[in-house]
Amino acid sequence: MSESSKQVKWVEEPELGFWEATFVPAIIQGLKTTLNHVISHKAVTEEYPEVKPDLPLHYRGVHRLNRDEKDRVKCVACMLCATACPARCITIEAAPAPKDWPDRDKFPKSFVLDELRCIYCGMCEEACPVDAIELTHIYDLTGENRDDLMYDREKLLGVYDETKDNPRDPVRTKRGKLGAAADFQGLPTLGPATDVAGNDRSARTGTSGVIAGSGAPAKENRS
Amino acid sequence: MATVIVNNTPVEIGADERLNCIQAAAKIGVEIPAYCWHPALSVVASCRMCLVEVGDKKPDGTVQMQPKLVPGCQTPAKDGTVIISDSPKVQEARKATLEYLLLNHPLDCPTCDQAGECFLQDFSYRYGRGYSRLQEPKNEKPDKDHIGDQITLFTDRCIMCTRCVRFTREISGTSELQVVSRGSHEEIDIFPGHPCDNKLAGNVVDICPVGALCSKDFLYKQRVWWLKTATSVCPNCSTGCSVHVDQNEDHVYRLQPRPNPLAQGHFMCDDGRFGWKYTHSEQRLGSPGLRASGQIVSKDWDSVLQSVRGALKKAAESGANRIGAMISPWMTVEEAWLLCSYLTGLSPKVTLAMGPVRIVGEDDHYPKDVKGRAVEPVTFTIRAEKCPNRAGVELVLKHFVKEVIPAEELLRLAASGQFKAVWLVGGDPDGWISELQAEAFSTTDTVIVQDFLPSPVIRHATHLLASGTFVEREGVFVNHRGLAQLIQKAVRSPDDARPDHRILWDLAERRGLFNGDALRKEISEAVPSLALLANSSLAENGVILR
Repeated sequence: MSESSKQVKWVEEPELGFWEATFVPAIIQGLKTTLNHVISHKAVTEEYPEVKPDLPLHYRGVHRLNRDEKDRVKCVACMLCATACPARCITIEAAPAPKDWPDRDKFPKSFVLDELRCIYCGMCEEACPVDAIELTHIYDLTGENRDDLMYDREKLLGVYDETKDNPRDPVRTKRGKLGAAADFQGLPTLGPATDVAGNDRSARTGTSGVIAGSGAPAKENRS
Repeated sequence: MATVIVNNTPVEIGADERLNCIQAAAKIGVEIPAYCWHPALSVVASCRMCLVEVGDKKPDGTVQMQPKLVPGCQTPAKDGTVIISDSPKVQEARKATLEYLLLNHPLDCPTCDQAGECFLQDFSYRYGRGYSRLQEPKNEKPDKDHIGDQITLFTDRCIMCTRCVRFTREISGTSELQVVSRGSHEEIDIFPGHPCDNKLAGNVVDICPVGALCSKDFLYKQRVWWLKTATSVCPNCSTGCSVHVDQNEDHVYRLQPRPNPLAQGHFMCDDGRFGWKYTHSEQRLGSPGLRASGQIVSKDWDSVLQSVRGALKKAAESGANRIGAMISPWMTVEEAWLLCSYLTGLSPKVTLAMGPVRIVGEDDHYPKDVKGRAVEPVTFTIRAEKCPNRAGVELVLKHFVKEVIPAEELLRLAASGQFKAVWLVGGDPDGWISELQAEAFSTTDTVIVQDFLPSPVIRHATHLLASGTFVEREGVFVNHRGLAQLIQKAVRSPDDARPDHRILWDLAERRGLFNGDALRKEISEAVPSLALLANSSLAENGVILR
């Protein structure tokens, strides 16, 4: 877009004063920074691998498959992680759960995660309705061949056993069996997951866990 | 001509159309949600999901609305009927109905096979409330995997629409499924020792609007949103049911019936539903081959086709009627046309025979009574003729030769040593030639076998063309009553096998890739009885040729 001459504001370059023209103040300013570094030096180099880095809590490293309270794999083989995965590195084969697991319909017969293909975005963790897959702080995984980094179910459960007691890798959330909605025995009734119309007669009755706010005008109608 | 007013929009209804409110509204794209209503089953109006406001427009222009909501599935749409499906009253009713249906529903969508194609999910999302007020423990009922060989019942997911019960009573007539107990203890069950194992049992999985009835064959194999669908036709009998082929990464996972009033209606039989497994058989012929020093040796397609062309040319030059071909009733019209026109192009006098048409028993009609006898009116027929395209291949053959000879005649001629070269097309996964019959070709110079599974005749084959099954091919099947339907390619052939249409297209040295539309146009211009193949409605419900 061309500007009209009226819109253009011309700015004059400020003229150099005497001291500025000698460059002495600028040199002193620069030397001060240099001297500061000489006097109060603080090393930023990390002595890796002797000293392990202090990673932020949200660091996303190698995956683990959590165990439930009976030490079974928590995964229910819903394959939502495989659906969410942008790198398509998760391959799950589901099967009907063993007969002695009365509370489960389905379990992962095989769960293979290609750690080489993974981009560590954490989408699997977010998609999981039962918090079975989580990313840990382990970042230095090595293997002698590609197959070593195809993590199967047992290996991923092994990562859980290894990291569950590490304060950096707590089992982060404790959602129910299949998400809050399905855990009807342990959890209180949920409030509206969606916006409620003000004139919704049934929403006016008190339900525990209704979050008041702009999204839920149900509370003001309750009086 | 009757006019129905749906949400203030007039809808014209034909004089002989007998529609209910749901169908009338669907004409202008207004969805009235329903669970228990199914177009092929009787109306029970039990799910209460399709409640709408209905009224009458009087001749003087006033509208008299009924004070209560009425089920749309049970209310006929007639001239002057006013249907309101978007008023607050209707929306409230839907919310209440859905809340009630979900009271004891386990909400285990992540592990449910139906998730993604579940009406309970869809309608809850569109019309539901989004939360539950139930403070009591849910009523958990045990799963029943004894309900049938092919079906399993997740009792707690059921919403008691009774579609499956009505299906077994009205369509299959076998009445295995029933409702037991009452109120919130209602369950679908079988009479002990009488599982739902009839030949149409797989349909109850399709008509179940939720994830209660699941197919044991498909259970937990795939999530439905990964499946890619191609329209096709079931090849297992000459009824030619329209189907959807669901595949992912070149593996077929299930076949589902595609409603088609011209073909079979809404359903399909279990023979067809599970009859595609040979597609992924370990036995599949993986690559084309040539016989060298007594063994079939795998070769690349170019050299095999070159050798085929050379051998056929030599046979054609050696005299009239030295080439015989067995055109399988499992081929599409296009494939039969390509092969016949190629062979007649080589030598005007060739012997073209119809391949073996397998007949098993008699036509199997449904519904059945308690003693297993068919009852009128017939709702579904499994035909005895176990091939998809005898009618279509016959039409093509009649264009090329005066008289279509049966396969036995060709075998007799081959045994008498008349042919120098024979082209045998298989395609019947249950076998099409016996050891004894194959001996007829032991002295023939050139035996070209086009098939996807090993058969006794491969012992005598000089050229082997590894072809594709119906899910790998594209073309037209003509069913028992002359209905031509299009089958689409759903998956790629395994290894180095190629679908038949491509083999024959390359054999004829036509340019470019197989072009079905152009080929059908060519056939429709050449063969008057197949003139309708160029019809644009072929891809949807098909066209009836006679």
